[in-house]
Amino acid sequence: MSRRFRLHDFVNWLSGLAMIGALYLVFLYAPTEATMGNVQRIFYFHVSSAWVGFFAFFVTLVAGIAYLRAGKRHWDIVALSSVEIGMTFTAMAVITGSIWAKSTWNAWWPWQQEPRLIMVTILLLLYLAYLMLRAFLEEEERKARLAAVYGIVAFASVPFTFMSIRWWQRLHPVVFEREGIHLAPAMLVTFLFCLATFTIFYFTLLLHRTRLGTLADEAEGLKQKLRSQEGG
Amino acid sequence: MNFLAKVLTIVWKDVLAELRTREMFSSMFVFSLLLIVIFNFSFELRVDNMAKVAPGVLWVTFAFASTLELNRSLSLEMENDCLEGLFLAPMDRSVIYFGKMLGNLIFISIIEALMLPIFSVLFELNLIQPSLLLTIFLGTAGIAAVGTLLSAIAVNTRAREVMLPVLLFPIILPVVISAVRVTGGILDGLPLADLAHWLRFLIAFDIIFLVVSYMTFDYVV
Repeated sequence: MSRRFRLHDFVNWLSGLAMIGALYLVFLYAPTEATMGNVQRIFYFHVSSAWVGFFAFFVTLVAGIAYLRAGKRHWDIVALSSVEIGMTFTAMAVITGSIWAKSTWNAWWPWQQEPRLIMVTILLLLYLAYLMLRAFLEEEERKARLAAVYGIVAFASVPFTFMSIRWWQRLHPVVFEREGIHLAPAMLVTFLFCLATFTIFYFTLLLHRTRLGTLADEAEGLKQKLRSQEGG
Repeated sequence: MNFLAKVLTIVWKDVLAELRTREMFSSMFVFSLLLIVIFNFSFELRVDNMAKVAPGVLWVTFAFASTLELNRSLSLEMENDCLEGLFLAPMDRSVIYFGKMLGNLIFISIIEALMLPIFSVLFELNLIQPSLLLTIFLGTAGIAAVGTLLSAIAVNTRAREVMLPVLLFPIILPVVISAVRVTGGILDGLPLADLAHWLRFLIAFDIIFLVVSYMTFDYVV
């Protein structure tokens, strides 16, 4: 038990320090972008959150497959934790993206111009459905099994949705093109550091959330044990 | 009995049950008819060119009618524990998946076939074209492939009728987008070669989701 606690402490400190470093790089080290100004600094956290969101859903897919293969309850907790974290980060990516869009394109929600916006909305809806499915199921084992299947199917649909939106947009006039972001070396360093920081942060949260899930499970087991003893 | 014969037995069972009750057909038919009429009226007042909204209306109608059918197909098996009976039959579970999927595909296709002439009249379009029929078949196959799996998930939940659309719609969105695109293209008179990438996309979706559903169906029921 004590070794696991040290691991938690270690990742806590690591992500805390990395986050401070990221904040320093984003606000003080990285140069101000010439045309967009300071708003461009959102980019570092925006892309990092989007990456973590996507990665988290991928982890759910992997955990779902692992659950179906091994049937270990632990994998289901990982899958659920990852969806919750993924939803949070995807929502953060949407919010930061909206702020950026407002200042550069003067629109909070440029549906027509930005295929990624539609994509991210669909992604949120998909995993909202995942959470709803869990909420509408009673039995723990069945909940884990069906959620794992839905996690797999949902992730399998993501590339299709992405492609169809891409192609759909191609028939429309492209108003805003954002091809090949040419980053200055200092910006690239900042960006990569933020990406790494957010990934570490993701694993920290996953570790804590999974542990919470396991503890809640244990507590539930103890409660049932007590109840049966009282009954007997 | 070989695999195909077993699958066809399940399909035949569903068809026979439907022929005797006619519940599904009548409810789906009236529901789709109502949808088309409602769409027709709600757009007529404002939209100058009905042909422009027709592909969207067509596919929304098909998607809604499909959920109705998919919901019914497995909740029927839940009544009187018919599903248990099916499992007791000496065959692989994937047979049940393919049987159910084929049954769903047939029922939805029949309703669509009945809807097309009515749709053509109300929207003053010629919808009965071979390329369009192919598109409708590919789109419907995609919906049926993933829908059969998801309806098997949804019957386990509370509020199962609500759960299926919530699970299904975000996943079949690529099908709807591409099918609407192709339908629109055909109605605009574009050559089929210009739409080939969309058709290939639909075929890819059908195959991938048929395989994914087949592989995961065992864990659902």
